[in-house]
Amino acid sequence: MKILFNIFEELTMKNTGEILLKKEPFSEILMGNAVLVRAIIEAGCRVVTAYPGSPTPEIATAIRSIEQNKRPFYFEFSTNEKVATEIAYGAAINGHLSTVFFKSVGLNVAADIFVQLNLMDVIGGMVVVLGDDPGANSSQNEQDNRHYAYLSYTPVFEPSSPREIYTFYKEAAAVSKKEHMPVILRLTTHVCHAKEKVSFSGWDPAPPDNTPRFDPANGPYIPLTPDVLGMKKRALERLAKIEAYSNDSSLNRLVDNHNKKRGVITWGLPFLSLMDVLDRAEKKPDILKLGIPYPIPRKLIKEFLKSHEEVKILEELDDEMEKDIKTLAYDEGLTSKIIGKLDIDDWIGEYTPEKVYHLIDKTWPDLLPARKVRDEEPPEVPLRPPQMCPGCGHRTAFHAVKKALEDSDITVGDIGCHTMGYLPPYLMGQMMMCMGASTSIGSGLSMFNDSRKVVVFMGDSTFFHAALPGIVNALFNKHNVTMVLMENGTTAMTGHQHHPATGKNFSGPVPKIPVKQVLEGLGVEHIFEAGAYQVAKLIQMVKEAVQLEQFSVIIAKHPCMLKFDRERRRKPGYKLKQVRIDQGKCERINECVETFACPTFTRDADGRIDVNEGLCIGDGSCVQVCPVSAITPPETK
Amino acid sequence: MSGFNIYLTGVGGQGIGLISEVLMRAVDHAGLNVMAVDTHGLAQRGGVVVSQIKTGEELHSPLSFRGEADIVISLERNEALRAAITALKDGGTLIYYNTSWQPLPVRLGSAEEISETSIDEYCKKHKIKVIRVDDRELEDVRMQNIVVLANIDKNNLVPGVTTAHYQEAMGDLLGGAILEKNITLFEEEREAD
Repeated sequence: MKILFNIFEELTMKNTGEILLKKEPFSEILMGNAVLVRAIIEAGCRVVTAYPGSPTPEIATAIRSIEQNKRPFYFEFSTNEKVATEIAYGAAINGHLSTVFFKSVGLNVAADIFVQLNLMDVIGGMVVVLGDDPGANSSQNEQDNRHYAYLSYTPVFEPSSPREIYTFYKEAAAVSKKEHMPVILRLTTHVCHAKEKVSFSGWDPAPPDNTPRFDPANGPYIPLTPDVLGMKKRALERLAKIEAYSNDSSLNRLVDNHNKKRGVITWGLPFLSLMDVLDRAEKKPDILKLGIPYPIPRKLIKEFLKSHEEVKILEELDDEMEKDIKTLAYDEGLTSKIIGKLDIDDWIGEYTPEKVYHLIDKTWPDLLPARKVRDEEPPEVPLRPPQMCPGCGHRTAFHAVKKALEDSDITVGDIGCHTMGYLPPYLMGQMMMCMGASTSIGSGLSMFNDSRKVVVFMGDSTFFHAALPGIVNALFNKHNVTMVLMENGTTAMTGHQHHPATGKNFSGPVPKIPVKQVLEGLGVEHIFEAGAYQVAKLIQMVKEAVQLEQFSVIIAKHPCMLKFDRERRRKPGYKLKQVRIDQGKCERINECVETFACPTFTRDADGRIDVNEGLCIGDGSCVQVCPVSAITPPETK
Repeated sequence: MSGFNIYLTGVGGQGIGLISEVLMRAVDHAGLNVMAVDTHGLAQRGGVVVSQIKTGEELHSPLSFRGEADIVISLERNEALRAAITALKDGGTLIYYNTSWQPLPVRLGSAEEISETSIDEYCKKHKIKVIRVDDRELEDVRMQNIVVLANIDKNNLVPGVTTAHYQEAMGDLLGGAILEKNITLFEEEREAD
């Protein structure tokens, strides 16, 4: 059977790396995340750090497409967002333009250093690229990170499209370098993932300047009482300078539809949604399209308010801009009607064209033509929640843990593919909050609790990211929690990035930091270890561990089979093996399809169980779960 | 509002990424203005994967309105109906590969999978043209995306885009033996009855 690989994992062209390094001007269709990399190169950025998280991982995919010895900057995936930010900061106060990127909630992890950055004189310049996620497409919330900008006096540049990512990053980097202050480049999910043709300038690489320019005389770099208020004053003065610059910047622009009555102030992806919506309107409002939503360009906004009777503020997520503009109008005694958020719905969800249509229609009911809606009740299509992949070690581990525990016991999930264990039929991990939190939440759940065992789950990448303090605390304060550490040897959920236990970093081989040795070093007395496919053994271990009345760990180990299977299919001579259902033996007990529930097993209308040949990877982890041995061991067709 | 909107859907792991990237580049090779967006994240793990492509003189957002796609391309039968309901306009075209990757509720026995008949019934009511594609001889299910692509070309489903444009786009993305095998399959499927 011929195996070709038509699953297009990297979503880049075969020669993306060469394209990104072109010296002469060119045009190419690229995803926003890849466009950012060209901008980083042209701006002369020297140090880029990150922690993987949607919607940003394809930035690293584009970086990887450039041969390592040709990359004009250093790149690493750091152990977490805080570390990544610290490294970018360190590089920047040594004179190198730096960039750090991560997803929305990553800023919560990085916040401790991030909120201090603008007190400092960051001589090299530093761009913090945030992948915000309105609509919570792949995040635990849709937090509006502009709040952090207010908190830390950090300007926000926000592009609407890949083309704008290119110009906005370069401008943000230039401003940051000039003013010695970090700036935020705020991207949202469908700006990161949009693809369009972008015209790029030529690139004339300057010879690298490696001079370490750190000088305490540029400080103070220590925010202690005698200095910190002065440093805050400087941050506020810089912010005022940015506002003055923004009032004249071409990143803010007017879409003049010659409408004296109505205007809209907006930016980012909602601007494009609005343009789509207004394609349907006859009398289009004017639009003040901002490129720098914080600090607000008051002069520009004042003029816009003065020249329109009614101004709608089309603001995705929270209402920071609305409050700023209403304050401005009050202070200036302006009388235009300002229409902000109308109800709670306006605070929620991504401002897609669909949503903006309703928002504008709610604001000005006479503006938009009605849309045809299908009024009948459509046929029901079964929901399709994401699943653990065929062969996933998490599935066998959950299968075992579920069998070992009482229904009343408490299981706590963490972040990663294993989060999906909460779905039927496993129902493992009945709560989940944020990276690394399961051990400490579990510790809290174990208080005054002798009757319900507490089992927490953890992935091996998250283990290094933020789990260690919780584990140390469980040992230090003697909490009675059992951790099942699902070790799959990668950062699976975000696209298989390396982590400290994999023996490789982004640049090449490094010594492993094995999770088991870390736990031993911390003094965990009871560490059990089994292959995640060893269901019977795991059941025994869990039963034993939960009786211990102290912190214990069960390492359930199996490589991520999505990664493993992709790699093995690329090797010459690979032959696919698959399991079959022996229909003569099958008694329709349905353990495979209902309890173990590998997506490979299908059930037809008559209740016959089969194997989906497009899905089975022949891992054979299912063979053990059939009570009548009707699943045949994997073999070549 | 003029222009042409394409909505691609399927299950994570079916190869939506490749077919969508080829289509987008084929539109570009045809000299048309194009914009696209994919959904990633959790959807990759056996969930629904959607990609949208827009062409037209003046394009703004990569995202489309519900129920306004001119064509829905699905690599899977259950997703074909889901997208016909949510994304496709009345009078549009639905092309789908006739295979089922059973959603969880079907496997758990709490829902029924979508049949060809239920798709036909719904589409008839909304004057949607249905093109059902499959190739029982196909050895590798991972190439179903190319079978669908060939049928998109054969039926001239994307205005202005021709065979050469699709082939050129495949050449942008794939190389060597893989490109050759995909092009061969593409041509065979175009010529099949």
